[in-house]
Amino acid sequence: MCRIGAIKSKKYLHPSIALKLMRSQQEGHDDSGFAFIMQDLGGIFEHHKDLPILSMAGTVEGTRKAEDILLNLGFKRVLQWTPNINHQKGLKIEPMPNYMFEVVQYPKSHKYATQEEKEELLIDTALKIRKALEEDNSGYIYAFWPDTLVLKEIGSPKDIGTYFSLWEENTELCSKVITAQCRQNTNYDIVRYAAHPFFLEGYTVLANGENTFYEKNRLYQQNLNRAYIGFESDSQCFLYTLHYLHKILKWPIQYYKHVITPLPIEKIEKRTDKDILLRIKASLSHLEINGPNTVLGVLPDYSMVCVCDSKKLRPVVIGRNDDMVVMTSEVAGINELLPDRDLSKDIYPTENETIVIKEDLTVERWQQ
Amino acid sequence: MAAVKVNELHREDLPWIIEYDESKCIQCGKCTAVCSFGAISPCVEMRKKSGNIAEKQNLEKVLVVKQNVGFENHCVGCGMCTAVCPNGAIKAVRNLDDRYAIRYRAEKGESLKRGGRSNLNTEGRTLDKIKIGRISQMTDPSLDAIRHTFEIKTPFGRVLSADKLGFDVDGNNIIQSRTLPPNRWIYPVIFGDMSIGAISSRMWEAIAIATAYLNEKVGLPIRMCTGEGGIPVSLLKSRYLKYMILQIASGHFGWNRIIETMPEMVEDPAGILIKIGQGAKPGDGGLLMANKVSEYVQEIRGVPKADLMSPPTHQGLYSIEESVQKMFLSMNAAFNFRVPVAIKVAASVTSVSVYNNLLRDPYNIVGGFFIDGFAGGTGAAHEISLNHTGHPITSKVRDCYLAAVHQGRQGEIPLFAGGGLGQTGSFAADAFKLICLGANGVFTGRHLLQIAGCCGNDTEKCNACSTGNCPAGIASQKACLTKRLDVDKVAENIVNYMIATDIELRKLMAPVGCSTLPVGRSDALITVDRHIAQRLDIQYSI
Repeated sequence: MCRIGAIKSKKYLHPSIALKLMRSQQEGHDDSGFAFIMQDLGGIFEHHKDLPILSMAGTVEGTRKAEDILLNLGFKRVLQWTPNINHQKGLKIEPMPNYMFEVVQYPKSHKYATQEEKEELLIDTALKIRKALEEDNSGYIYAFWPDTLVLKEIGSPKDIGTYFSLWEENTELCSKVITAQCRQNTNYDIVRYAAHPFFLEGYTVLANGENTFYEKNRLYQQNLNRAYIGFESDSQCFLYTLHYLHKILKWPIQYYKHVITPLPIEKIEKRTDKDILLRIKASLSHLEINGPNTVLGVLPDYSMVCVCDSKKLRPVVIGRNDDMVVMTSEVAGINELLPDRDLSKDIYPTENETIVIKEDLTVERWQQ
Repeated sequence: MAAVKVNELHREDLPWIIEYDESKCIQCGKCTAVCSFGAISPCVEMRKKSGNIAEKQNLEKVLVVKQNVGFENHCVGCGMCTAVCPNGAIKAVRNLDDRYAIRYRAEKGESLKRGGRSNLNTEGRTLDKIKIGRISQMTDPSLDAIRHTFEIKTPFGRVLSADKLGFDVDGNNIIQSRTLPPNRWIYPVIFGDMSIGAISSRMWEAIAIATAYLNEKVGLPIRMCTGEGGIPVSLLKSRYLKYMILQIASGHFGWNRIIETMPEMVEDPAGILIKIGQGAKPGDGGLLMANKVSEYVQEIRGVPKADLMSPPTHQGLYSIEESVQKMFLSMNAAFNFRVPVAIKVAASVTSVSVYNNLLRDPYNIVGGFFIDGFAGGTGAAHEISLNHTGHPITSKVRDCYLAAVHQGRQGEIPLFAGGGLGQTGSFAADAFKLICLGANGVFTGRHLLQIAGCCGNDTEKCNACSTGNCPAGIASQKACLTKRLDVDKVAENIVNYMIATDIELRKLMAPVGCSTLPVGRSDALITVDRHIAQRLDIQYSI
């Protein structure tokens, strides 16, 4: 079973905190992988918040290919960071030869481009790199987006942490938002792309559960947006639905739950907004999930979201203090990070709730 | 040598031969009275008593039941005689050497007509070769069919894609500012379009009563399509109209009364169904033989007593665009754009083209696409049409769904599939499988008649709906026959059957982990037939 975690803090945090969060939940996952996404970056990335960062892993050929594509499109390298690799013997990890995190400047052609045009360019470029890497299986691109860093690897989370020297805290690598998961998606082939968290255009999603309507979701999403690809995991559908609803349709986040787990018609009929909810239910019926799930998400403004499915549920708890909010599968993880918090403020979300953690860490609880 | 007229119709030419055991017969006369076809009669036979047969005094008269031989009064194997016989003295036996069809055509110079269904489709039925093989285990557990909450409903009416809903956002709320096409959530089973005329008014009434009861007492929002031919004015004026889908077909029968009654309607109908074609006799119009056009039917349809043959096409419709316009202008406008308007076509090689055109219609007018497979039933048709024209429903539903998927428009025009559902006894399973293949729902007509007591089957038993002599009083307008039908009992049976169907649908949804309809969840299906797997794009399992 997956164990997932999301941390939002007022202060910059080193990713070792994500390892600690997941380590305490080790009995709940199968020790088969570790992946995390850092957003709202500090450290060496703090002064480049507007510039896109390429997060990838690949062979020498793969990373060269990606760099060539960037250069040919007119991107200019500003900063490159690679993790400090610790080649200890006996580590349970299947590493790639190279890991690359590269901050680049937009091409000159985009100097006066609108935000929308820049975003289009980033998506096109990411898709191009992914296609090129897939041609000879030479690597994986996890994100090409400002203020975002993604790492995914196969193996034991503890050993992955050791391999990338992530246990050693430093001020170089830190962020205010960290999402992490400790498991490869064992339902399907072991593919790095299949590991949560999933990222697209500022949206991050990780889920614990199963998407019973995966086939329906996939068939519908594949035509909605050119960036809705891969589908290596049924949980990617949660990301694409979030992106479609919030970014493309521009609907408030409270409607996410009305799409993935719509209310029964009987309940809708009693509401004043029934006309709208019935339309949503009909129009987006192929995006319903109908399975046991807890979904955690991060929006482009770095607010965090938590929703559960309406019938089978998967565990999740939210703990907090004045500086940090932690959402994770087991309370053991929160106890590790926030042992002295006020327990009465812990939140155990219900099946109809959408919980939003705002920028200032205030908590909004919306009932579906 | 004895002479025999080989070109005449003989008992041995008939499709069914009566086996009569004189030793068991008590001469009560029930069998001959019940036979609505006049296929048997009491008769006196001369028998040898004893001794020399040439001596007249050795003969005696014996009263027996004799099978009649004639084109209009031959046995159809309905089995009513057996049903009423107290001693089991009589039964109809299938004649494997039957020459009836060839004799009929040779003698009459007419096309052979009958009712019922295609009789050539019972072996190797595709839906029976598909199983539900994706059983939720462990991480995505199965649901509890008894205790869990299920929602078995589907939209009926045009569904717009989310980006075309025209929603505005006001703070944290969505507001709707434009008028959208009518759309209603209904149970995914629609009682199929059988007219008063094709079936008896009592049978029709029983379905209507069952529909109202299912909606108001059981909580299953099932809709009933009226069939072409009008409906009673009292029903048009009642609040129960909201459960009825009014049908308009190429004959436009009954619409004078519907239009005249509009000002007095207290509810909108559930929908309008424009019938373009029928699966059992595709490319053919409606056919109501004169012997079924009773006074009541004449009145409700506004026609004289005659064979009523609807044209094979709507005379005003000659293209997709034009038909859309026609729907737009007439049917939608008739109810002020409050009522979904759907069309029904016979499954055909061309179904996908038609569906694509409707999906792309810029007016978003079509609220449902009903595809009728060739295993459906009919009140009357030419046998040549019944047996040799048409298209199976399964692959066509799949094709239409995948065509919509290809365009990213699945669900925009809800698909309803019908034609032979429940043919081999598993109505709920058939419905579930078609839904997994992409249908939003199903419609059924003939199955309701079977529930009511129709004695016909798919292996040429009875199928005499065209004659007006339906022995069950279902497809007849003769008062003496329709009285055999207990309206309340039939309504009760239909209600019970649908309650059972609802339970069975849950029993199929639960193991695949669905609490709502699994429209398009082909991943839940498997088949042991490689060709079916390939054609329908479902998992091949052995």
